[in-house]
Order: sequence, then structure tokens, then C-alpha cells
Amino acid sequence: MYKAADILLKTLTKLGVDTVFGYPGSSVLPVYDRIPDYPIRHILTAHEQGASFAASGYARSSGKTGVVIATSGPGATNLVTGIADAFMDSVPLVAITGNVKLSELGHDCFQEVDIFGITMPIVKYSYIVTSPADLEKIVLQAFKIAHQGRKGPVLIDIPFDVLTGEAEYLDLPVEEENSPCDLGQINEVAKMINESQKPFLFVGGGAISSDAFDEIKALNEKIHAKVGVTFMALGSVDSTCDGYVGIVEDTNPTALDAIKESDLIISLGVRFSNRNKSISLKGKKMAQIDVDKAEIDKNVPTTSYLLGDLKTALGHLLPFVDAKDKKSHGGYIPVINHRSEKIISALGRLCPDAVVVTDVGLHQICAAKFFPFRAPRTFLTSGGLGVMGFGMGAAIGAALSTGKKIILITGDGSLRMNIGEFETAVKLNIPLTVLCFDNSSLGLIKRLQKKQYKRNYVECELSKLNFASLADCYGGKGFKLSSHDDIEKTLTSALNCPKPVIVDCEIPQSEI
Amino acid sequence: MVKNTPETHIISILTKNQPGVLSRIAGLFSRRGYNIDGLTVCATENDDFSRMTVTVCATANTANQIVEQLKKQIDVVKVLDLNSGDVALRELLLIKVKAGAKERSELCDICTIFKAKALDTTTSTMMFELTGNTSKIDAFIKVLVPYGIIEMARTGGAALERG
Repeated sequence: MYKAADILLKTLTKLGVDTVFGYPGSSVLPVYDRIPDYPIRHILTAHEQGASFAASGYARSSGKTGVVIATSGPGATNLVTGIADAFMDSVPLVAITGNVKLSELGHDCFQEVDIFGITMPIVKYSYIVTSPADLEKIVLQAFKIAHQGRKGPVLIDIPFDVLTGEAEYLDLPVEEENSPCDLGQINEVAKMINESQKPFLFVGGGAISSDAFDEIKALNEKIHAKVGVTFMALGSVDSTCDGYVGIVEDTNPTALDAIKESDLIISLGVRFSNRNKSISLKGKKMAQIDVDKAEIDKNVPTTSYLLGDLKTALGHLLPFVDAKDKKSHGGYIPVINHRSEKIISALGRLCPDAVVVTDVGLHQICAAKFFPFRAPRTFLTSGGLGVMGFGMGAAIGAALSTGKKIILITGDGSLRMNIGEFETAVKLNIPLTVLCFDNSSLGLIKRLQKKQYKRNYVECELSKLNFASLADCYGGKGFKLSSHDDIEKTLTSALNCPKPVIVDCEIPQSEI
Repeated sequence: MVKNTPETHIISILTKNQPGVLSRIAGLFSRRGYNIDGLTVCATENDDFSRMTVTVCATANTANQIVEQLKKQIDVVKVLDLNSGDVALRELLLIKVKAGAKERSELCDICTIFKAKALDTTTSTMMFELTGNTSKIDAFIKVLVPYGIIEMARTGGAALERG
């Protein structure tokens, strides 16, 4: 017989979980009591929200399932934003929460909350474990559900007396994943591509989730299409490749024109969010490949589709696709004007292989547009939910999963939200460089108020904060990049610093 | 994408009999803005499964989207949009109306026509039970309105494919 906490940790170990993020509390202490006896590294963050983003960053950068642990009540509710973010961006995440005793559930006990009910609309699935004997099977199922098909978060809520109870450890086999697959229209899809004179490849986040980089490249080496990506798909194709037109969004005429002149849209793992309002797909033929049947015909009409994991589906489709005559479209070179754009561009020259994490705001758009992403899982951003404060936690998770240099591009608004996690980065001494685009405002809000609310600026101006000094206080190293400083010189010293760094980059108000 | 006019769809959902499954399914409908006209949850011949019968008014596209979203739910075993098929659907109505000695025999005649059952009577009221499809129940209620409906309880539909 084993304590349930041991069954949990034994099962996590068997699943290959080597790192978990979390924060202790009384309801979940039976787990913490046993962690030191297992080959699992627990990362203590400053706040459960930071832990949830760290688990997300770990998952986004590696493709593995991220794990976050929190206690009942406030510990659990602090995970909610992280879980919702993972749900929107289809990130595999398992959240484990402690709760009060089974017999006390529903009695409004100290630190009791119905996290199962609260998270129901934002999880792929969730469990309340009612017996120690169920735990092993539930953990195995949870990991399978989180990672198979369209990925997403799963919650396991474990009452205190279940965690301290005992059961047999059965050493059950790891459950095999099975993605939905329906290639019934493969001939139609291939025919549409073969008959098309000007196909357009529209690549979405699904390309990253299914690691379809090579297959997309192979497809385009045959059909020489123009390629546009969504925010979530940055890095799914090499941005320096021929025919690349950048992010498909309202302010990118190159991409919009490419769509306009095309005679077929080949959509690869795109969910057609409402962010792309001015894209006219009316009357366009559409071949859609997605792992989620509910995305077919959801927001835009599809002509023919393939259902399945993108990598697998493209693998099947490729032999049916005829090679077209080689066409050269030229590369995509964004025009650089502003200080913030120059900084991102310099960063691209100095460390092209870094993993770039962002928060949410003007800096995020700037990073997405001007950093030359060339490989998958090198751009981590909260695309769907748009969470300010996502970046610091996600950067920590990404550093721990990849061991690579991590650049967090953030703004002075976003950085304030979870700056406490900078201390976590210092404690772990991770190779992190934070570039804070500091315009003493909530830039994106200010821009909206400027354009849509007749310059009626309300609550968008922030006080001047010395982020470089703050970095020093936390035990890291601070740099200033004023508007007259040499960008490459300052960035080079910052990037070579052996400690986690915050570079306070002065961005003029005129860029808003 | 095809038809764009809303019509009634009867969606039959076979689910695993798990805690929270009703709120999960009901939550999916409310979160995605699908309006439920009727909902029946019942046991099946197998204790491991429950059946939910949901009546919604939706366009063909939306109904299709509802079915696909439901199919993604882990607890959902099978989903059928019964609109197009040959379906037996029944609702149950319990209705209490004002009825003095004068109205009683008249009400009993109506009852016979609709094959409803008189369940209870007092000096001033009568209660009836009726099963039938939606339009039959609607028609019965309409006939009883002039007598004065005191209260009524009506279930959602339970439906199965014929054959």
C-alpha cells in the first residue's frame, strides 16, 4: 500500500515529468512532504499565477505537458488565468490542486473553493478524486487527454483525506494517445491544390502543436505558394524563406494582398479568430486541415478538409500533391522606422536563435512583426487570452525546458504585473534577458484611446519606475537603454551578463 | 455552409454517467450562446451511461457546430442530431385547471379526445396527465386556457430514433 501522494508522484515520474511548478499550502502539503524523495524538480514561484505561466512556458517551448501544483482556495483560484490561457492557446497543461476533506466539501470551509466548477468552461476535462484507489488511473488519463488531439488543460482536484489515504500502486501502463483522423477528402484536397494557380498557405498554431515544420516546408517546396502565419504560428515556417508574407493581420498589406490575389487558401491549423477582421475570404476556395472537427466550417466556410494531426495529415497528403513550376516571390522585409522596431531588429541580429517570450501590448506586436523567427517553439506569447503578466513565468518555464537563452520582451505595464517572478529567475540563475519597453504608459490602451476615443486618455499613464534599479534589488543586473544610447552596444553587454538582466528601454511616447 | 434559417433540432447525447456531466454539457450550451428550449436527462438501460435530450432552435450550421463541440467532450459517447431522422419524441405534461361541478364533464370529454388522464379532482380543480409530442401538448394547453390554468409542469422531450 502507498500513500496517495506517493501514487501521484510515482505516476508523474513514470510519465517522464521532471519539473513541476507550484506553491505549497496546507491542503496540498502531503504532496510536498513526499516530493524530495522523487526525481522531480519543484520550482517555487512568487505567485501561483506565475507557476501556471511557467508550466505553460515549459509546455509551449518543449511540446511536453506542463505541470502546476497549488493548494485549495486562493491557490487554486490563482491558477485560473493560467488555465484559461492554456485553454485558448491549446497548451497541454495538468493542474493539480489540493482541497479540503471529502466530507467537508460544500461546507464553506477555510480555503475551500469549488475549483472543479470554476474551471469547467476552461478545461478540456477535470476530476475530483474521491478515492486514493482512483488516483493512478486518473493521472494517466489526465496526461493523455491534455496531450492528445487538440491539446489543452486538465485539472485534478484532490481532497486532503484522499491525498493522505492509501491504495495499491498498480503500475498501470501509460495510455496511448489517439488523435482523430479523417482523410476521406484527401483526393479533393489534393485536386484543389493541383488545380490552383496561386495557392496561399495560411499557417496557424496547430503547426507548432503538431511539430509540422518539415512537412510544411516540403509542401511549399512543391507548390511555391506565398505563406502567411498567425501570431500563434510564428516560427512554424522560416521567416526568411521565399514567399513569406509575415503575419496575416489587418495592418499587414503584404499578407492581405497575397490572400486577395490567391485562388485557394490552404489553412493549416488555423482557428480563424476574430482578430483578422479585414481579411476577405469571401468566394475563396478553402482547403482546411485541422485536428479539431469543430474548427471545420466554424468561422469560415470550407470547401474540403482533412481531419487529423497536421504532421500526419500532411505526410499523407504530400504524395498526392504535384510539383508546380518554380516561382520566386522574394522575401519579406518589414520596414523599420521606430526605436522599438530597431531594438527588436538588433536583437534578431545579435541572437537569432534565442527563444523570445512576450507579454501583451505594443511590445508584443513589435516583437512578433520584427524578430526574424526561423524555428518552431521560439516565440511564446499569450495569443488567445492576451494575458499581461504572462511573460516572466513563461520565460522561466522555457528556460528550464530548453536550457537556451531566453529573451523576454515586455512593457512597463505588463512587467509590473508579475515582476515578483524576476526573483524566481534570479534564484534559479536562468539565462534570461528582459527587455522592458518603457513608455510610462499602457501603450496599446493609449493607442486605442487616441484612435477610437478622441484622445480621451483615461488611466493609461503610468508613473516612471526605475526597472534597472529594481533588477539590481532583486539580485539581478539592471541596464538602461536611453533614446540616445547605442542599441547594439547596450544589448551586447546585457546579453553577455551572467545574471538575469532587465534592460529598461526608453521608448518615446511618439511611437504610441 | 448551407441553410441559414433556424429550426428545431433534437439532439440526443449519450454520456458517461460521471459527476458534473450535466453541468459540463449545459455549460457548453450557455458558454457558446446556444439557447436550450428543452432538456431531459435520464437513465439508460446501462447504469454507466445517461441520455440527455436537448431541444434547440438553431440554423443547420449552428446545430452542426453544437454536435461537433459536444463530440469533443470527454464524457460524451455518442451525439445524434435527430432533426433529419425518423424520430419518436414524447413530452410529459401535468396540468391543474380550475374546474367546478359544471366544467367537470366537459373537461373529461377534452381529456378523452387527447387521450389524457385525469389524475386528481377537488371541488374546484382538476389535474391531468398527458404525454405526446410538442404540438399535441401545446394544443392541449391551448384548449385548457379558457378554464383557467392554475399551474403546470412540463418536461423536455425524450427522443429515440425509430427502427
